[in-house]
Amino acid sequence: MKAAVLVFPGSNCDRDMAVALKAAGADVEMVWHKDADLPSGLDLVAVPGGFSFGDYLRCGAIAAQSPICKALVDHVNRGGYALGVCNGFQVLTETRLLPGVLMRNAKLKFVCKTIGLQVETSNSAFTEAFNAGDTVGFPVAHHDGNYTVDDDTLSTLQDQDRIAFTYTENPNGSVSDIAGVLSENRRVLGMMPHPERAVDQGHGGTDGQALFRGLLSQFADA
Amino acid sequence: MSEPELTEDVIAAHGFSPDEWQEVLNILGRTPNFTEMGIFSAMWNEHCSYKSSKKWLRTLPTEGPQVICGPGENAGVVDIGDGQAVIFKMESHNHPSYIEPYQGAATGVGGILRDVFTMGARPIAAMNALSFGEPDHPKTRQLVNGVVAGVGGYGNCFGVPTVGGEVRFDPAYNGNCLVNAFAAGLADADKIFYSAASGVGMPVVYLGAKTGRDGVGGATMASAEFDDTIEEKRPTVQVGDPFTEKRLMEATLELMATGAVISIQDMGAAGLTCSAVEMGDKGGLGVRLDLENVPQREENMTAYEMMLSESQERMLMVLKPELEAEARAVFEKWDLDFAIVGETLPEDRFLIMHNGQVKADLPLSKLSSTAPEYDRPWVETPNAEPLGEITGVNPIDGLKALISSPNYAGKQWVYEQYDQQVMGDTAVTPGTGGGVIRVHGTEKSLAFTSDVTPRYVKANPVEGGKQAVAEAYRNLTAVGATPLATTDNMNFGNPEKPEIMGQFVGAIKGIGEAVSALDMPIVSGNVSLYNETDGQAILPTPTIGAVGLIPTPDAMISDSIRDGHVLLVVGKTDGHLGQSALLAEVYVRAEGDAPAVDLAAEKRNGDFIRANNGMIRACTDLSDGGLALAAFELAEAAGCGITLDMDDTPTLFGEDQARYLVACNFDQAEDLMLCAGRDGVPIAMVGRVGGDQVTFGSHSADLTELSELYRTSFEQAVA
Repeated sequence: MKAAVLVFPGSNCDRDMAVALKAAGADVEMVWHKDADLPSGLDLVAVPGGFSFGDYLRCGAIAAQSPICKALVDHVNRGGYALGVCNGFQVLTETRLLPGVLMRNAKLKFVCKTIGLQVETSNSAFTEAFNAGDTVGFPVAHHDGNYTVDDDTLSTLQDQDRIAFTYTENPNGSVSDIAGVLSENRRVLGMMPHPERAVDQGHGGTDGQALFRGLLSQFADA
Repeated sequence: MSEPELTEDVIAAHGFSPDEWQEVLNILGRTPNFTEMGIFSAMWNEHCSYKSSKKWLRTLPTEGPQVICGPGENAGVVDIGDGQAVIFKMESHNHPSYIEPYQGAATGVGGILRDVFTMGARPIAAMNALSFGEPDHPKTRQLVNGVVAGVGGYGNCFGVPTVGGEVRFDPAYNGNCLVNAFAAGLADADKIFYSAASGVGMPVVYLGAKTGRDGVGGATMASAEFDDTIEEKRPTVQVGDPFTEKRLMEATLELMATGAVISIQDMGAAGLTCSAVEMGDKGGLGVRLDLENVPQREENMTAYEMMLSESQERMLMVLKPELEAEARAVFEKWDLDFAIVGETLPEDRFLIMHNGQVKADLPLSKLSSTAPEYDRPWVETPNAEPLGEITGVNPIDGLKALISSPNYAGKQWVYEQYDQQVMGDTAVTPGTGGGVIRVHGTEKSLAFTSDVTPRYVKANPVEGGKQAVAEAYRNLTAVGATPLATTDNMNFGNPEKPEIMGQFVGAIKGIGEAVSALDMPIVSGNVSLYNETDGQAILPTPTIGAVGLIPTPDAMISDSIRDGHVLLVVGKTDGHLGQSALLAEVYVRAEGDAPAVDLAAEKRNGDFIRANNGMIRACTDLSDGGLALAAFELAEAAGCGITLDMDDTPTLFGEDQARYLVACNFDQAEDLMLCAGRDGVPIAMVGRVGGDQVTFGSHSADLTELSELYRTSFEQAVA
């Protein structure tokens, strides 16, 4: 699998994402936000966590206007895969590649801890290596992870089986405990918890490995 | 614009004593102008000049084979093998945090991160040690909430994991909170950058954020006591921008890789003045600055304002002129300012020009090297009265009293607001004892801790100073690390009072003895004096930050206790209750002497833990709250009951030093005891792990009930 990790000024989980992708066997290239084009032959674009442009406006809103995000949208429109984690999830909602918005946490405080997630569907490249109903532990670390959508969109997400993960203990007030959602073609995943922080026994556990394993297997024959 | 006249009031407001002002007149042979006076004031205040503390700081052991660079640079540099170095320092931001908690704390974190990456190191770990007034004091909640949010807001955005720290409450901090921020970074040992300028006619380059009027006079403010005019000091607090700091770090590290940097210095206290003078002074050169070229974000700034501004996220660099284009390209990539604002001069001169006019023309070396130095009068702290009779306490009641106090309750509410795992190498997260960060891409890890017990230091500055170092040594040892070196952040009251100066002198003596005996030299540090309000001083608080090395993952002790483990205490128990946590929280008494620290026993017992790390499943040091609190914390972290065989108050709650509580498998306990016997290390089997109760002798309570108390008390008390 060939993957690109986008780097915005203020990204700070870009290296972590690259380390996790490489550990799973991917070829990884870092791509600067001012670039207008993604590398050719790309399977996955990963949008990492951090505080792009300081998150001084709405989180991810300025990053979504970067030249590279136009290329990201083209990549997804061509059927390409994309994974957005934390600030990356916020960027994906700001580019309208995923529905909804991440509001400030209900308790108005940053929250960092390892938290239980329930896998809601195994029907996606990102979740096929899990079983629906599995409970896994991923770290969260965010100030604005309160996922909010209107009722109609929520129904659509539920009807189309697009809720990838829910919190077993909601840390931020997200509607229906949603921790991660899929696009309609199931090739874009945005999630607040950090799978890339859970791929190593010596750091955060190994529950995140299955996510990367599932992705890699999707492209094993490619 | 005409400058204000130098009236007596203006001179006094800049912090000059009459003698110091006379010294300025003698050096110049004339009366300085307003800008020149401001520059002298910025360099000669306590915060920048260490004029009260220098004499005593010089006595600290600062050398060792592991030390690459000791105090005097932006941070200390220590060898960790394989051509790598750890670079670290702790620094206070007390005064600003009390006036404006969020920004004060945030810029404290920003300042210490900058100190680390200025030397070429990428920050890999942060800690913070916080002291607040009593929980019920009307200002405490606002300070706790603001400071914790500020620390998190800056560090989280910057992207450095926070792996440890302390939070304490005592009425002595009602009028002065303490915010001590620690940062450590990683660099190649042969690629460290220093501040000494070299070469004449070399361009002096301004990097980073633009200069505004924020923080003008901050260092002078931080060198005075507080009184009822405190609200007027708010404009002296700087405003932090962690996003710019993150870009500045990335750009600086990229710039260093181009080979364009001759020397570099961050702009911290006293901003442009202090950074330019330090680079010139250390290089034996003069500096000319042309202030019209300084990037500015406010209009019509005067020379005085620009020279004294403490706007954040700025650096000053001496550049290799032939690499200017490459250097400029890096800063353009990161959308940061890059401006040539002056040059190095051959003569001893600090020449400040603004729009073609001379605004200051001073002998540069006189601003720094020959700043005033005092031998302040001091009196030895009198011996503490011995502790009177103590009636024993039901040990479960004693434990409940401790864990329901915000001093000893779980601090989840605090550290869950800090990103502990960014960078993907956090092996041990905050909670109890030291934090551990892996050295990326190697087998090695680094352990970090921050410690001091101010009650002890007040009762007995020498033993209290020793104890702070010894506890840091033990916290590093308890995760399997070999302590390498230390940074000291000395927080005290007004040094012009002989009894306060006596506390300082005593603590330095104790710290010096301990770092020498435990081979963890002081490589950096910071002094914060005048932590007084209306004449009331804080508890003497010499915070010790220390770093240790864990050579391989196998050497790390990081497991939880499990059913069937045996609990042993390594080290001798006498049951010292003087100045203990139990005495303070249950009896509300601050009596007796601090526990004595036997440095030879500390060394021996620490070496024993490291030598036998393979047999030890879990380990924690015994400190505040003694055996009872340590055993409970192990049980709580693992969600596993424990039984201790004893129930007497001195054994459970005494705070004798040089002790560890260790857990091992049943069949290894005997081996461990045999090894201890052979090495002459006191060891005693004290209990076992299992069940869902916490039991001390004949007294028990449900772990779940105690956990609930432990996990909610902090938030209830102060959040």
